Amino acid sequence: MKDALLEVRDLRTVFETRAGRICAVDGVSVAVRRGECLGIVGESGSGKSVTFASVMGLVKAPGRIESGTIVFDGRDLRGLSPRQMRAVRGRDIAMTMQDALTALNPALSVGEQIAEVLEAHDETLPARGAARRKAIRKASIEMLGLVGIPSAETRLRQYPHEFSGGMRQRIMIAIALACRPKLLIADEPTTALDVTIQAQVLELISDIRAKLGMSVALITHDLGVVAEHCDRVMVMYAGQVVEEGPTTEVIGAPKHPYTQGLLASIPRPALRGQPIHPIEGQVPDLIGLAPQCRFYSRCTQRREACLAPVEMRAAGPAHNARCILIGGDEE
Amino acid sequence: MSLSKLLERIAQLVPVLLGVSVIAFTMMALTPGDPVQIMIGDQAITAEQEAQLRHDMGLDRPMVERFFIFLGNTTHFDFGESFYHKRPVADVIAERLPATIELSLVALVVALATAIPLGVLAAIKKNSIFDRIATVGSLLGVSLPGFWFGILLLMLFAVHLHLLPVSGRIGFDSEVPSVTGFLLIDTLVAGNMKAFGDAVAHLILPAITLGLPMTAILMRVTRTSMLEVLRQDYVTFADAKGLSRRRVLFRHALKNALIPTVSVAAIETGSLLGGNMIVETVYGWPGLGRLVVESIFLRNYPLVQAAVLFYAVTYVLLNFVADLLYTVLNPRVKL
Ligand SMILES: Nc1ncnc2c1ncn2[C@@H]1O[C@H](COP(=O)(O)OP(=O)(O)O)[C@@H](O)[C@H]1O
Ligand code: SF4
Ligand SMILES: [Mg+2]
Repeated sequence: MKDALLEVRDLRTVFETRAGRICAVDGVSVAVRRGECLGIVGESGSGKSVTFASVMGLVKAPGRIESGTIVFDGRDLRGLSPRQMRAVRGRDIAMTMQDALTALNPALSVGEQIAEVLEAHDETLPARGAARRKAIRKASIEMLGLVGIPSAETRLRQYPHEFSGGMRQRIMIAIALACRPKLLIADEPTTALDVTIQAQVLELISDIRAKLGMSVALITHDLGVVAEHCDRVMVMYAGQVVEEGPTTEVIGAPKHPYTQGLLASIPRPALRGQPIHPIEGQVPDLIGLAPQCRFYSRCTQRREACLAPVEMRAAGPAHNARCILIGGDEE
Repeated sequence: MSLSKLLERIAQLVPVLLGVSVIAFTMMALTPGDPVQIMIGDQAITAEQEAQLRHDMGLDRPMVERFFIFLGNTTHFDFGESFYHKRPVADVIAERLPATIELSLVALVVALATAIPLGVLAAIKKNSIFDRIATVGSLLGVSLPGFWFGILLLMLFAVHLHLLPVSGRIGFDSEVPSVTGFLLIDTLVAGNMKAFGDAVAHLILPAITLGLPMTAILMRVTRTSMLEVLRQDYVTFADAKGLSRRRVLFRHALKNALIPTVSVAAIETGSLLGGNMIVETVYGWPGLGRLVVESIFLRNYPLVQAAVLFYAVTYVLLNFVADLLYTVLNPRVKL
């Protein structure tokens, strides 16, 4: 894809567990363009987090990346040494986690947790001494201000538990953005929050994206969030991408039965009073999957041809889906 | 820690001490052997002299009466006279205390200084050869009887290899004036480096013997809590920030992982006191532990009772310190 900041091709990440081999990410290709917001949706367990943990080089044992390429800003990340990868993390690619309460270190002050990332990456700081400390402090206060935390000077000394849930989420975003990364991976930034605060945090991410001109990979299981904030969207199911394309197309005219099901299952204010139809059944066990369409057991439109492997098919110029119903050559 | 909580803790001490007093008294009273007979030994004395002695020692009264006298005196910190030393028990104990405290503190430092790095390393290299050896080692460390291990070290390093002294706190030719009672300090105060070295040499084997079970326990605690902490989201997030591995391990992980280690260390320091009796006896260490062992053999009731009370108070205080450290190290817990 032209103008891609991040381009992942055919990524396969597996976990060797006692129960068997889990292929959590199975041949995923994804691109994030410069300045865009890509939404990644899918039920819990579909491989969204593992995909982006792989990009960050943060897959921990018993997991490992088995194959695929990850190219960021022209560099092959899988070819980097651990030390080189550490220089990329936090500086070029930053990440926020689902729950800021557990992601922030309870034993370190908020000020230290912001300062250390500047300390690790910011080359514009004075080399050492009081000037450096002052510059770091100033930058930290600035970041807290940017994410809307009042009286930042005094709050730097406080610990995470002294802040509200929404504030903690903002602090985590401030930490992630401290070095002005080119790509922010926001893993379910609002799932742990109240509805009113959810909107504020998403607004904040959108604002800062515009201000800093960065790209965002927004992982969520809320299609409403995607509709409002994302340029493009990728739908994942059981470790695979099942549909991707411009948000308007994917949400306006979803091609994959799974995406259709997801859309039917969200309560929409405009359709108040109408029944919601959650998708029946469960995500299949990722151990020992058959080669068939992974959505087969839950699909209302399944047929015999779906028992063969199903590849991605073009549903539009930039719109693809993994379903035999597309392209008109189904049996 | 609020004042009310502090007072509550102190109030809790009262029933504990009362209970310990009863136990200390009855245990001594029920132990076979007559202190008067033991004191007389082979000396030929008359029945009158013996009766007088028994009267002087307060042992001619009924046991219940003796208990209440003991309890009454204890409430105003009068622990009576040592049968053997003919001096106030409190003085005798105070004299022996610095040697025991010095040995215990050094054992504590040795234990912490070995247990924490080993525990961290075992956690980072989980399931490696090193981890397995450390696991077996710590199992041995807690289960080896202290006296056996002590004698083993003594035979090897002192008797066979002549590398370290066999017994005592310091050689006769290295004596220095007592200022604090802690020889590591007193020798330095006297500016006598040779004596300091001698004091250190005397400390090595007893401190290792005393600290071994504690090292083993603290290593297990550190390993377990480090493994737990390394699984936490904040460690992943610290990695996602691109921090150095050193910073992630030592600033983010270890700071949290040490909270249980430090609390357990404070509590376990109480059990060093118990270990002291054996270790001090094996190494001829002139501290409270050996004094208590000797006093038990001599049926020196007042001294043993006072020492048991002292142990109980120390134990409760150390538990209190453990709680206090936990709150200090853990910003989430309100002081
Ligand atoms: N540490 C792990 N050990 C074993 N399996 C894992 C581990 N982490 C993730 N997985 C597997 O990967 C799948 C996808 O996980 P994840 O990417 O976190 O899903 P999502 O973020 O879409 O909810 C999970 O269903 C699980 O089977
Ligand atoms: S390939 Fe078949 S089973 Fe799979 S989503 Fe399409 S219609 Fe349903
Ligand atoms: Mg997830």
